[in-house]
Amino acid sequence: MNRKIIYELNALYREPMQVTGYEFGEGEKSVCVVGSLRGNEIQQMFTCNKLIQRLKKLEQQNRIVEGKSILVLPCVNTYSMNIGKRFWPTDNTDINRMFPGYNEGETTQRIAAGIFEVIKDYGIGIQFASNYMSGRFLPHIRMMQTGFEDIETAKKFEFPYVIRRNTRPFDTTTLNYNWQIWETRAFSVYTTDTDEIDAKSAADAVKGIEQMLNKEGILHSSVNGGYHYNSRVLCDDNLLSVRCREAGIYENKVDIGEEVCKGQLLAEITDPYEGMVLEQLVAPADGTVFFQHKAPLIYASTTAIKLV
Amino acid sequence: MSQEIISQISDVCQVKLPIGESLKIKRNRLLPADSASNTNKRICIVTGIHGDELEGQYVCYELIRRIRENPEALTGIVDVYPAMNPMGIDSVTRGIPGFDLDMNRIFPGSKDGAMTEYVAYKIIEELSGADLVVDIHASNIYLTEIPQIRINELNEDTLVPLARHMNVDFVWVHASSTVLESTLAYSLNSRATPTLVVEAGVGMRITKGYCEQLVDGLMNTMKELGIWQGEVKPVREPLVENRTDGVVFFNAPKAGIFVPAAKHWTRLEKGDRVGNIVNPLTGDILAEIVTPEKGILFTIREYPIVDEGSLVGRLLRI
Ligand SMILES: [Zn+2]
Repeated sequence: MNRKIIYELNALYREPMQVTGYEFGEGEKSVCVVGSLRGNEIQQMFTCNKLIQRLKKLEQQNRIVEGKSILVLPCVNTYSMNIGKRFWPTDNTDINRMFPGYNEGETTQRIAAGIFEVIKDYGIGIQFASNYMSGRFLPHIRMMQTGFEDIETAKKFEFPYVIRRNTRPFDTTTLNYNWQIWETRAFSVYTTDTDEIDAKSAADAVKGIEQMLNKEGILHSSVNGGYHYNSRVLCDDNLLSVRCREAGIYENKVDIGEEVCKGQLLAEITDPYEGMVLEQLVAPADGTVFFQHKAPLIYASTTAIKLV
Repeated sequence: MSQEIISQISDVCQVKLPIGESLKIKRNRLLPADSASNTNKRICIVTGIHGDELEGQYVCYELIRRIRENPEALTGIVDVYPAMNPMGIDSVTRGIPGFDLDMNRIFPGSKDGAMTEYVAYKIIEELSGADLVVDIHASNIYLTEIPQIRINELNEDTLVPLARHMNVDFVWVHASSTVLESTLAYSLNSRATPTLVVEAGVGMRITKGYCEQLVDGLMNTMKELGIWQGEVKPVREPLVENRTDGVVFFNAPKAGIFVPAAKHWTRLEKGDRVGNIVNPLTGDILAEIVTPEKGILFTIREYPIVDEGSLVGRLLRI
């Protein structure tokens, strides 16, 4: 393992922000894994550290195929993470909206450019991502439809689901999109949580990556446990959204991943003062709970649940 | 108040919040009481999409005040929307509080989307079809801008002639980019509703002189559109910039405290100093920012703290 500083930014009063990379194996730039780009992506960083632990061990056992190198960046935005902020401390910009970056531009454009310069030539790019919707997801691999997306490789993670979604205008500045444009096969890995640690889904994600790297001829190891699904490939439109009319206190009545029947109660919204039920969200069809709202309060017209 | 004018306040949209409150976006519609003197031409004044940009607040107030002062001169519809992001304005938050989302990156929205998308959809529905929409921004808390209109090059032919009526100092025709496709102005312009984006002043402040300059421009534009028959002041001829390399950006080479040396909207010669970046701990000058060529400084940094890369000024090449 080779630990190195990928990018450094000097500040007036804080210590320089250093983006640390961990390199395993030697040779062709095979895989790059990026953990948190935002200050609240704790689970993403945690999953990376589990991956680093695993890769250290695999490297000692000579299980990295010769001539292949793997780079892991557990945390890019350390400044925001240290102050409990999601976006960039001074101007609240999102590093994941700044790719491919510009090294003579604004601060977060420079950070994006500095990182991208190092990671753009890898054959495979994996990002532990998070959604702006606050909630829990079933673990899945997500990719944008750019024409470069590689569904077959995505299935090698053996995650329960692979989701392909349409590109929207603001996606063109994300890491995943730019990796694809630079002809890196890019995958966003979603584990269950963002700002809380879920050790089980982190461990499963690490196994999924190991599985994929074995099938891609980058590792030769044996993976115990993990998912081993024959991934279902879905488009965003295949998910059935259950939206609420009312606002108030929100309570889930089923678990993420649970199989539900048409008409089954999924969640309830109650009056914040008097506690009476304002709305019951029921399953519009049979399915599996893929996404659920997590916060204790909910706004009206929010997609609270998605079913597969 | 005069009877010659109707002022109707209504809600453009309404969304329930969790605890005993609804989010409402309000509109004041001013129109002549006598429908015979209404041309039915409509101008929409929009502001407060970014909750920390407040120059538009005074513009809305002053515009309504001037219309009421001379009500018989009104011959069309003036719709005023002072707070597109009311929760943001109320909580000193640039984006939409609770979502950490830039409201100007969610258009055109969707009827069945999240609350924010639904709000965006209702706003587009509301503004579409107006003869002119003016979306007033105030830069951000970091930079002061000379009153200017920013136009996507795709709309140069339609919008530059309209912008000339607006009494701004500067019109910046910039390259189009995919990211900007999610803005209110892009959505409306692509639906054939001409929309001008004004940037003037600085966030969290009211610069009265700039606001009055914009109100003069709005009155003049209303007259051009046939919405206003009263006296208007002569407007200034803006500098129009549409070269691809017409603007020089100054980004801080070092983190520190930016101390401006040049005055805003002045002509600088090659080698003139824009400002210094200093270190209050050591007493050192960390960097001197000088212009590589002559031009007019139309943006200058207001907020002193800079990171490496922070924008400290923009120069229009002349
Ligand atoms: Zn703005």
